[in-house]
Amino acid sequence: MAEKMKLEIVTPYSKVLDELVDEVTATGKMGEFGVLPGHAPFLTSLNIGELCYKKDGVAVSMALNWGYFEVQDDKIIVLVETAERSDEIDLDRAKAALGRAEDALKKLTAEDKQFKVYEAALERALIRMQVAGKAARK
Amino acid sequence: MASLKSIKKRIVSVKNTRQITKAMKMVSAAKLRRAQENVVAARPYAQKMGEVLQSLAGNLEGDLHPLLEKRDAKKLLLIVVTSDRGLCGGFNSNLCKAGERYIKEKQAEFEQISIMTVGRKGYEFLKNRHTVYKNFSNILSKPNYQTAAMLAQDVIEGYLTEEYDQVVMLFNSFRTVMTQDITFQQLLPIEPEEKGAVDEAGVEFIYEPSVDDLLTQILPKNIEVQIFKAMLESVAGEHGARMTAMDSASKNASEMIGKLTLQYNRARQAAITTELMEIISGAESIKG
Repeated sequence: MAEKMKLEIVTPYSKVLDELVDEVTATGKMGEFGVLPGHAPFLTSLNIGELCYKKDGVAVSMALNWGYFEVQDDKIIVLVETAERSDEIDLDRAKAALGRAEDALKKLTAEDKQFKVYEAALERALIRMQVAGKAARK
Repeated sequence: MASLKSIKKRIVSVKNTRQITKAMKMVSAAKLRRAQENVVAARPYAQKMGEVLQSLAGNLEGDLHPLLEKRDAKKLLLIVVTSDRGLCGGFNSNLCKAGERYIKEKQAEFEQISIMTVGRKGYEFLKNRHTVYKNFSNILSKPNYQTAAMLAQDVIEGYLTEEYDQVVMLFNSFRTVMTQDITFQQLLPIEPEEKGAVDEAGVEFIYEPSVDDLLTQILPKNIEVQIFKAMLESVAGEHGARMTAMDSASKNASEMIGKLTLQYNRARQAAITTELMEIISGAESIKG
């Protein structure tokens, strides 16, 4: 059994990450899950959420925005729209986005077309702040 | 022969033009590099997306997803992706002409053909010939994924409400700096490739949630990615085309300047000769 897994994170703009890691946890549609080397082939969709991987004992967390997670033969492919490492997140921007989304949501009702858009924006901002907060604590 | 002054004027004007075309060429070259990087960066995503889609479609259980289902194709939507700006050689006009031919061909087959244009040039070309159903201009200067997603949502919505039964996208795909390929791509319904390829691996995937749920999410994404890719390719192609067009324009201008300079010198010499003759004959007459 391989000791490490290859983790690839790909967005439409670039390949964000291509590394050998020991352990990955992420938030899937059905809740949080963890993957260790030797995992069975697995495919799931990811929510807006956090992805955390450990490499040589160092944990790194990233904020992800909607995508897919595929494991096969100790190779993990993550397809996401955006991925940001905790130390790359601009906390002020996330806070501003949060404020904007909150204001917009107050004006809209759940039936509005825009409602979902802002709801997702709110969620993204929250996750970013959460992930960024973790980096700050370290 | 044209007067010295008018030739001089023309030389100056051609020189100015050359300066502009040279500058445009430089700008396009810089933009091209960035656009090319974008195309290359987007490729792995699109490719991986295709792989996931195929492995899913191969394992599909239950009913066909509406986006995969083939309906009786009566109404066609043609999406034409062009650039917003001109001065890029045959980039837009070739594409528009190809679109025009395509529409003529398909007119017998379909009851109705709607056209959606992305980019101003395509809109301007087609609006006089056909009714353009929707137009998106000025979104290509900075192609981003959000715009592509928005476009895709629009297309999918129309498809699901049966405004059209088939969607074809027409765009210039980027091959090399010099050449762009005019490409027709069917967006909807999505045609999954051969099923056989998936089974080869022989491993059972765990799907969470079910295959159908995953597919429901990935199919619209796939459309977004395809549109995004087409946009990037078109932009890269546009800059490539403009660069080559401007390069040959600069060359032509240089050539013209050479010819005009020759003409100018000849005219000057002729003028001097006549002047000399006049002076000499004047001197002769005084002597005599």
